[in-house]
Amino acid sequence: MPEVVVRKKLTCIEEIFHEGGPMAAKPLRRAAALAVIRNPFAGSYIANIEGFMDDLKPLGLEMARTLVAALGGDPKVVEGYGKGAIVGSAGEIEHGALWHVPGGYAMREILGGAKAIVASTKKVGGPGTRLDVPITHIDASYVRSHFDAMEVGINDAPRADEILLALVMTTGPRVHARVGGLKASEIKGEDGLR
Amino acid sequence: MGCDENETHEDEGMKAKIRKIAVFVEETQREMEREISPPTRKAAAVAVIENPCAGKYVEDLSELMAIGEELGELLTARAVAALGISGPSAESYGKAAAVGENGELEHAAAILHPKLGTPVRRVLGKGAALIPSSKKRGGMGVVLDIPLGHKDAAFVRSHFDGMEVRINDAPRANEIIVAVAVTDSGRPLARVGGLTKDQIKGEDGLR
Repeated sequence: MPEVVVRKKLTCIEEIFHEGGPMAAKPLRRAAALAVIRNPFAGSYIANIEGFMDDLKPLGLEMARTLVAALGGDPKVVEGYGKGAIVGSAGEIEHGALWHVPGGYAMREILGGAKAIVASTKKVGGPGTRLDVPITHIDASYVRSHFDAMEVGINDAPRADEILLALVMTTGPRVHARVGGLKASEIKGEDGLR
Repeated sequence: MGCDENETHEDEGMKAKIRKIAVFVEETQREMEREISPPTRKAAAVAVIENPCAGKYVEDLSELMAIGEELGELLTARAVAALGISGPSAESYGKAAAVGENGELEHAAAILHPKLGTPVRRVLGKGAALIPSSKKRGGMGVVLDIPLGHKDAAFVRSHFDGMEVRINDAPRANEIIVAVAVTDSGRPLARVGGLTKDQIKGEDGLR
């Protein structure tokens, strides 16, 4: 299978103190790690692409480590996560789907056994396309306070023969979360859902 | 990387009311199938603040000027920390602001021009050159293209560049976003001649 060739990376950290309400005792932090890679399948239909998922594993782990470092170095502060991909115009949405396994398992490995499925989204688009990466709690998908999203993108990527890969981690609930539902303190932690 | 948890907007006497801070680090490793070694890196720190002058004409903008001074220090320190370099190792810089729809362009000018530069230069150790800047008014998600120039000699051609930043939920009508960008390098494959960084005399901020 082809090697993974990275053109550029972007790390983005947001620190949110309030959104018109009381100042957060502990500001919410969200971090995104993006990597722009060459799409080895761009330009034609290739039936067998599955092997590239293994090739992407080291990059996934590197991006997950970047996020933990960006959030201060302790994986225990991470409470939410998500992932996504934008495929350049000479590729197909299925190429973005290659990121599900290496992106998701990389974050779980670095976070030490997060149970919930990693929320994700993907699309095909040109340079500057924005992606709203969905975020959910790392141990229980139904935790309502942690449903969130982070908008990411890079002005000059993805080019036609590239894929932009994204991983996102957050340190807590929405800054003024108050719409009820399952709380993080009520997680049973058995099935990744509740 | 990035965030220093101990440094907050709630410091005693902080004038700016900060809603959020975003830090971006961009690293280019390849361009046109050529390896960029070492990679070129840019960082931008962006604050979303309340605009105390929104919605009315205010003659005296000194409050915004004082906010600019605070943000010059805070944002430059964040950007340099995100690159993991010492201030004096930074090579180029730039600044920009976008005012929400209830403010005026002059509010961005008040933040950027009178007082923001001095603390930027203090954090970077030097900075003889003008800090290139841009400003605009716009809605949430507005794109800021922060111009970049070499910090000690404005004519260094390899370092003329820009960095795009935006925050999807800012500026709200009564907010301003303020950005400082710092790099450790010029463009990835600079080759259009002109003054090079090893030719800097460093006397007048130009050459």
